[in-house]
Amino acid sequence: MHISEGVLSAPVLVTGVVLAAAGVSVGLRKMDYEKIPQVAVLSSAFFVASFIHVPIGPANAHLILNGISGILLGWLCFPSILVALALQAILFQFGGITVLGINTVNMALPGVTCYYLFSRLVKRERGLLSSAAAFTCGFLAVFLSGILVALCLLFTEESFMSVAKLILLAHLPVMIIEGIITLFCVAFLARVKPELLGGIYGKGS
Amino acid sequence: MIEEQFSTGQSFVHGLDPRFKIIVAILFSVVVAVSSNLLALLPALALSLFLMALTRLSPRKVFYRLLLVNGLILFLWLLLPFTYKGETLFTIGPLVGTKEGVLYASRITVKCNTILLAMIALLATTPIFTLGHAMSKLYIPDKIIHLFLFTYRYIHVIFQEYRRLTNAMRIRGFMPRTNIHTYRSYAYLVGMLLVRSYDRAERIHRAMLCRGFSGKYYTLSRFSINIGDILYLSLMLAAILGLVFLQWRAIA
Repeated sequence: MHISEGVLSAPVLVTGVVLAAAGVSVGLRKMDYEKIPQVAVLSSAFFVASFIHVPIGPANAHLILNGISGILLGWLCFPSILVALALQAILFQFGGITVLGINTVNMALPGVTCYYLFSRLVKRERGLLSSAAAFTCGFLAVFLSGILVALCLLFTEESFMSVAKLILLAHLPVMIIEGIITLFCVAFLARVKPELLGGIYGKGS
Repeated sequence: MIEEQFSTGQSFVHGLDPRFKIIVAILFSVVVAVSSNLLALLPALALSLFLMALTRLSPRKVFYRLLLVNGLILFLWLLLPFTYKGETLFTIGPLVGTKEGVLYASRITVKCNTILLAMIALLATTPIFTLGHAMSKLYIPDKIIHLFLFTYRYIHVIFQEYRRLTNAMRIRGFMPRTNIHTYRSYAYLVGMLLVRSYDRAERIHRAMLCRGFSGKYYTLSRFSINIGDILYLSLMLAAILGLVFLQWRAIA
């Protein structure tokens, strides 16, 4: 879901930087120095988890997990995703400097949205409601990211319409897979380590 | 898998002051990203290639890296020539390729690869920890730097953990397919990774408190500026200004 360097127009890039700066500063204000090791370890866990390639028919997709990262980290997922993307840009040249802002927003904003919508629901007793919430969380996060990417392309150049549509369409199976993975992952965490679902600042941390 | 392939070397670029490298990389990327004219972009590409040559990295490795990250660009080449309105350049069956579309796609390709080359030449040739320290000298908030350095440090540890878990799955005969069992197994893998990381974070935090961690990350590295750094910075700034001028003249 990365947008490469050189594709987007200046206004889109600037908007990205401004929004990312706002999100990151909210996140940083909520993050005490002593929580940094915890946030960092979770960020690296998400970084590593994005190496997992899941088969979808003949193709495969790598996990994004911005929904569950939103639930666990809340606003802190802004700095966490920024740092992960910066590392990807430096180590593998995925993404880059000028798109760092917009890529952060595209991934973290859906994460924060999911945090507000679902973090309370998924913590409820196991049942249909919490399972449905977990699935929707994973699905919606990728869906919103896809919409944001499509919008970035459209605001850059109207003839990106077909590209944007194709990207959204190609991500439809990814959304479903992310939903399923989030559903099982949340169920697993609820059984094995429920305090994690309470977030970094939850009980027991 | 996670290694800083390009960060070790003895070239002139490897020895430059990392603060200057970061400043130049940012300015250069921004100027290239907002330029729209090939008259400005092609000299920029030449400059990137020149910087790349200075690093004396293996051209094969760099080329391979560029291929890997050009996926989206390839995708754009498949679509843009046919969706961009303009003068007809060629036709394949019912598809009409336009001149403007091809030009647009080439512009994006040049831009993208110019920035990528500069990033490899300037940022990937600096060890991550040095970059972190250099960023803290450039007034980037402490918390971000700490998060950046800690995250990088723990990626390796957690990657080991990940390898252990996937090996365990493989030993038990796990074969990824398109079915619920596969997705559930991967979800539990992610879950286990998070749980182990969380427990580890707890231990790390306690260990750090025992050693008197007060929320500050002290660095012992000092950067010194020599004549080569200053020469490099001024030449690069002049070149970037030149690019701005070329782009501005092309518009006007």
